[in-house]
Amino acid sequence: MNNLLIWPVILPLIAGLLFILLRNHIRLQRVISVVVLAMVAGITIAIMNQISVSGIQTLQLGGWQAPFGIGLVADMFSMLLVLTTSIVAFCCVIFSFRTIGKDRERHYFYSLFLFLITGVNGSFMTGDLFNLYVFFEVLLLASYVLVSLGGTKIQLRETMKYVIINVLSSAFFLVGIAYIYSITGTLNLAHISVRIAEAGQDGFITTVAILFLLVFGIKAGLFLFYWLPGSYSAPPTAVSALFAALLTKVGIYAIIRMYTLVFYHEPQVTHLLLGILAAFTMVLGGIGAVAYSDINKILTYNVIIGAGFILAGIAAFTENGALGSIYYLIHDMIVKALIFLIGGVIVYLTGTTNLKEMSGLIRNHPYLGWMFFIGSLSLIGIPPLSGFIGKVFITRSTFEASYYWLGFIGLIASLMILYSVMKIFMNAFWGETVLSEAEEKGTTKGVMLPVVLLTALTFALGIGPEFINSYVETAVEGLMNPQIYIDAVFGGNEIP
Amino acid sequence: MKPKPNDVILHTVTKLAAVIIFTFSIDLFWAGHHFPGGGFIGGLTTAAGIVLLYLSFDIERIQTNLPIDYKKMAALGVLISVATGMGGMIYGDNFLEQAFGYFDLPVFGETELATAVLFDIGVAFAVIGTAITIITSISEDEL
Repeated sequence: MNNLLIWPVILPLIAGLLFILLRNHIRLQRVISVVVLAMVAGITIAIMNQISVSGIQTLQLGGWQAPFGIGLVADMFSMLLVLTTSIVAFCCVIFSFRTIGKDRERHYFYSLFLFLITGVNGSFMTGDLFNLYVFFEVLLLASYVLVSLGGTKIQLRETMKYVIINVLSSAFFLVGIAYIYSITGTLNLAHISVRIAEAGQDGFITTVAILFLLVFGIKAGLFLFYWLPGSYSAPPTAVSALFAALLTKVGIYAIIRMYTLVFYHEPQVTHLLLGILAAFTMVLGGIGAVAYSDINKILTYNVIIGAGFILAGIAAFTENGALGSIYYLIHDMIVKALIFLIGGVIVYLTGTTNLKEMSGLIRNHPYLGWMFFIGSLSLIGIPPLSGFIGKVFITRSTFEASYYWLGFIGLIASLMILYSVMKIFMNAFWGETVLSEAEEKGTTKGVMLPVVLLTALTFALGIGPEFINSYVETAVEGLMNPQIYIDAVFGGNEIP
Repeated sequence: MKPKPNDVILHTVTKLAAVIIFTFSIDLFWAGHHFPGGGFIGGLTTAAGIVLLYLSFDIERIQTNLPIDYKKMAALGVLISVATGMGGMIYGDNFLEQAFGYFDLPVFGETELATAVLFDIGVAFAVIGTAITIITSISEDEL
C-alpha cells in the first residue's frame, strides 16, 4: 500500500473541478494548473525512487485485496511515462496561455486539459482491465471536447469523425473485455496473466488478443490511423501538440502492457502481426508525410510513423527491443510536442499552413529556426540527440529477431521523416524573407519558454541517457518478466 | 399572437407529482445499500422531477425559485466523492476506504451510518447537475 500513487490521478482531477467552481478567475486557473502539473512531476519522481529502492509499488483502492478490488500499479515503465506526460503537459499549458484565447479559456479549457491528464495518468497506472477502459473514456471525453472547443466548422467536422471512430473502438474494447472475463473470470491484469499462463493461450485467446490489437491499434494510430491526420490538425496548437504527444501513446502503452503481461505466449502469431501492422503503418505514414505540403498534415503523419516505429521494437520481443521502445516512446512524446509547438508558432506567424506560401523566417526568428532544426534532427535520430538511442536499439532488436524487413522499413521510414521535416525547414526558414516583422500575423512573445524547455530536454536525453538508464532498465526487466508484476500486485497473498 | 394557454390542470398535477417524485427519489437514494437504488438512479429521478417542473412552468420561473448553478453542482458532487475517498487517507487507510458504524439516533433507533453514503451524495449531485445542464443548455441555446 502506498497512497502516494493516487495523487498523479486525483490531483489534476481536483484542480479541474475547482476550475469549474472558479470559472472567471482565469489567472488563478493558469497558476494552479502549472503548479499542479509540477507537483505531479515531483510526486512521480518520488515514486520512481521508491520503485528503484523497493520494487513495484501498488495501491489497492478501498483496501480490498487484489484481485477483488481495483488496484493502481506503478512499475517503472508507467512512472516514466507519467513523468514525461507531466513535463509535456506542463510545456503545453504554458504555451496555451498566450495562444488559446479568452473565449476558450472561459469555456473550461484548463478544466478539460487537466481532466485529460487525469485520464492519461490513470490509464498508465491502473492494474485493472475495466478500469483501463474507464480511464480511456475519461481521456477520450475530455479530448472530444478539446477537439471541438471553439466551434469552427473544420473542428466540428473532424470531431464527428473522431467521436464516431472512438465510440466504435470503445465498443470493441468492451466486447474484448467481455470475452476476457468469460474466459478467465477476472479483470485484474495480473490475475488474467496468471489464469492464461495456467490454461495456456489457445486459438480463442489469441483471437481475443488480436481483437485488443484492433482496439488499441485504432487508439494508437497504428495502421487504422485514417481518422488521425484530420482530427489532429483541426484543434489549436496547444491541444494538437498535447494529443500528438499523449493520446496515441496511451494506446501504444496499452498494446505494450497487454502484449508483454498477458498475451506473451504465442509471439509467432500476435507479435508477428504487430510487426506487419507496424511496417504498414511506417510505410503509409511515411508516404503521407512526404506527399503533403501542409505543415499540420506533415506533422500528423510523423505521429503515425512514430507509432509504427515504437511497436516495431515490441514486435521483435527481445530485451533490446523493449529497451529501445521505452527510450523511443519517451523521446517521441517530448519531440512530438516540441515539433508541434514550433509548427504552431510558424502557422501563428505566417497565418497559413501551406508551405509554399512561406519562406525566409530564419532572418527574423533565428532561434525558432534552429530549434526546429534540432527538433527535426532529433526526430530522425541523429546521434547526439534523443531519438538516436531508441532507434539503434529497436533496429538492432529487429535484426536480432531476424525481422530484417521490419528493421529495413524502419530505416527507410527514417529517411522519409528526414525528407518531410527538412521540407518544412527549407521552405519555411530558408529563402527570401517575404514577411517583415511588422507584417507577421503574430509574435513569438511568451511562447518560446516551452519550446526552449523541450529542446533542452531532447538534448539532455540524447547526451545523458546514463542518468535515466538505470530506471529504463528496471522498466525493461519488469516488462520482460511478467512474474515481477504479478508478485507485486498480489503482494505475497494467495492467488485464488 | 397566440393567446397564452391556460395550463391549470398541468400546473396542479405537476405541483402534486413533483413532490411525489422527489420523495420517491430520496427513497431510492437511501435504499441503495440494501435494496435496488443508489446515487445514480436517485439523482436521475430527481432530475426527472426538475425537468417536469421545467416542462410545466417556464425556465425563468424555475430559476428564480430554484436558484442553483447546475454546472457547479456537478463539479461539487465529484469533489465530494473524491473528498470521501481522501477522508480515509487521513487515518492512514487506503484511498477510497469506507468506514461505517452503528449509532443510536433519537428517532430512528440504532442505525448503520456509512461514509459510502457521502460518496453517493456526490454521485447524485453530479448526476443531477449534469442532466439538468444538458437539458437547459439544449433548450436555451446559450453556452
